[in-house]
Amino acid sequence: MASSETAPAASQRARGVATFLRSQMRNIAPFLTLIFLSAFFAVASPSFATIDNLGNILTQVSVTGIIAVGLTFVILCAEIDLSIAGIANVTGIAVAYFTLQESYVNIANIPLPGAIAIILSLLLCAALGLVNALGLTVIGIPSFIMTLAMMQIAAGISALLVRGQIAYKVPSLITTLGSGSIGGIPWIVIVAAIMLLAGHLVLTYTRFGRYVYMVGGNREAAEYSGLNVKLILGSVMIISAVCSGIGGMLGVAHFGSAQQNEFDTYLLDSIAAVVVGGTSLFGGRGGIGNTIVGLFVLGVLNNGLDHVNIDSFLKILIRGLILLAALIINVYAQRLREKTAE
Amino acid sequence: MPEGQQPILELQGITKSFGGVEALRGVDFALLPGEIHGLVGENGAGKSTLMKIIAGVHTEFSGRFLIDGHETHFRSARDAHAAGIAMVHQELSVAPDLTVAENVFLGNQPTNALGLVQWRRMAREAGEQLARFGINVDPMSRLGDLPIGLQQLIEIARVLFSGARIVILDEPTSALSPPEVERLFTTLRRLREEGTAIVFISHFIEDILRVSDTVTVFRNGRKVAETASAATTKGALIEAMIGRGGEALEHSYTDDLMLPKPSDSSVVLKVDQLSLARSLKDVSFEARAGEVLGIYGFMGCGQQELSRILFGKLKPDTGTLIVEGASKTFASTAAARRAGIALVPESRRAMLFHQEPVYKNISISILDRISSLLLKPAQERDIAQRQVEQLQIRPPVVGLDLGMLSGGNQQKVALAKWLTYPPKLLVLCEPTRGMDVGAKNDVINIVRDLRARGLAIIVLSTEPETVLSLADRILVLKRGALVREFKNEPVSKDRLLEAA
Repeated sequence: MASSETAPAASQRARGVATFLRSQMRNIAPFLTLIFLSAFFAVASPSFATIDNLGNILTQVSVTGIIAVGLTFVILCAEIDLSIAGIANVTGIAVAYFTLQESYVNIANIPLPGAIAIILSLLLCAALGLVNALGLTVIGIPSFIMTLAMMQIAAGISALLVRGQIAYKVPSLITTLGSGSIGGIPWIVIVAAIMLLAGHLVLTYTRFGRYVYMVGGNREAAEYSGLNVKLILGSVMIISAVCSGIGGMLGVAHFGSAQQNEFDTYLLDSIAAVVVGGTSLFGGRGGIGNTIVGLFVLGVLNNGLDHVNIDSFLKILIRGLILLAALIINVYAQRLREKTAE
Repeated sequence: MPEGQQPILELQGITKSFGGVEALRGVDFALLPGEIHGLVGENGAGKSTLMKIIAGVHTEFSGRFLIDGHETHFRSARDAHAAGIAMVHQELSVAPDLTVAENVFLGNQPTNALGLVQWRRMAREAGEQLARFGINVDPMSRLGDLPIGLQQLIEIARVLFSGARIVILDEPTSALSPPEVERLFTTLRRLREEGTAIVFISHFIEDILRVSDTVTVFRNGRKVAETASAATTKGALIEAMIGRGGEALEHSYTDDLMLPKPSDSSVVLKVDQLSLARSLKDVSFEARAGEVLGIYGFMGCGQQELSRILFGKLKPDTGTLIVEGASKTFASTAAARRAGIALVPESRRAMLFHQEPVYKNISISILDRISSLLLKPAQERDIAQRQVEQLQIRPPVVGLDLGMLSGGNQQKVALAKWLTYPPKLLVLCEPTRGMDVGAKNDVINIVRDLRARGLAIIVLSTEPETVLSLADRILVLKRGALVREFKNEPVSKDRLLEAA
């Protein structure tokens, strides 16, 4: 209860730069991390700071980027989705399952025209997202547990579809988008960029996007403002599943094969990208811009460690430490922000 | 104040600002052992800020801070706690899912040599402590199952019996019924005998005058008066608080007030035989356009549940809501809002977004009326600016984060949310709780204006003054049942209290 009655507007505007910087901590810190990492690797390795390598980094983060779009919505609502990698995997396998494979691939699959295969796969991931949504909103299972179960369910469906085999063919549209390029730019980078942009536009300029931030900022207040909180939470779970599904289909084309456990590392990578970028795990703060910075931090880190001479087993530890540092900043930034708003 | 006694706590020249806004300016404050020190002032006058400095919540300020004559600087609330300072905040802070005993011993449960909690001992001691306070509940029952007033008493009891030498109570009586207030005062007087220093912040000046030895008055971040309670009057304190003749503003409602003839305008809401578990029993009433219906009752009488049912947050076990002739069952608060019902709950925290700017707080409930897909920020700001000017929200800056506003102004923002496109029925829970005289009058005027515009308004309150100052017709809710209706007849605080 500051005595704001006595506060003239002018002195409010004249709030110190320090206060502003403190409130922007969550946006500034990841960006500084990115600049620092890039500078470090540029100095450490002559092959790092090249146009070719920038292309590599962009391609390497594309699948994570596509998945992270939907995850950003979920985390902004202060929920979590642990089924993203599982849903990506099952959707990638499904689109191959509905495609005619070479004769040596021993899978009892159902070949369908490419467009129908894609639509069915998208329906599959949307349906799995709907199950997440219903579990969270209607039954009231916390998203952490609900999506943990869904992770297993998706893995189970994947296992049943491929039965330990590997499929290679996917519809030609998916092959093009996943592994083709136009004018030297890989299609998968373009798709990731378009989806990130679309996610940003939805979050920033639409009513739904505002609702996502408000539900994340104070769920009780959103409900007392007459918002349909369950509908919004359910929607973000479906959005997350569909983004994961698209990432999974393009990923399968990108890797050239569809098999069990192919996307396992993408769960941690996607969560890391969103959180390292500065989106608050407590909801309501952050956005796609943060996710993009987070993607680049991870991309530069993964790629840069390949360019310097370093024990490849040490890399895993380094990634873990960077993630921990980002989490500390995330929590710290939240605290600073709350202090400023007091 | 006895001469020569060493103050247990002394503050000298305390100045504190929030982002350029000075909340306290050179405040001196001394607290003696065995003293109950009342603190009054309008919202935003600096009382809570000063107390948060004492309790170690705010650690950055200028000025001298002495405990037992030694200069001290707390770095956290933990430091203050270690120095024997405990505070009960205005907003309830208990663990509803833990038992009563666990709440009483929160943070220092008795343990045995192995470090295991001694449940039986804890339950027995909690029961004894609460019994000293006149509270007889099963110490092993879940705290959240008890009425709010009782929860608040238990929280206060925990702090009072924690062994603290300095206890700060911020609006402790606002959620308590008169007998509960009596129990609190008896306990405070006993603690005073034992040498505890108590700071008592309240808007209820009668309460302050009854229980405190000394009263300090704050205005605009400055201490403007300090006097022995026996040597002052309510009128004098109000005058010091707001700097003008106060008697006319604060109606005492001890005399009879004539309620008008019941309105025969159209029925907006008909509630028929509403029941909910242990909270409500066969509640039926009508709310009419252009009428303010007051519902009065003690804390825990079922008001809160009733308001939640009207807004679709709770589902009744039996009974129906009929809005303008059509029977409704609300699946969500969104459905209630679309049916033209608005609710302002008693807790501002529950309906406002502290980290978002004022204009987003105001526009959130009407976004679907001004935009179908894309947001229109300029229009949102315009609408918010109009509301801010109409309701005289200070400071009038719609881009400011809500958390920077004082409590009274936040309450106005909570009202402003619903006023751009007025609902058919506005349900207000405790609309003036914790507000100063000036802000109270502002809210009363806003409600009267809305009534003139033909809204049906239901005001639920545990403060008789609130209901009496606003309502045209008054229902009394007692243990979940409507027991009395006042209409077209004289009514006063005494008559209301008697009925409840």
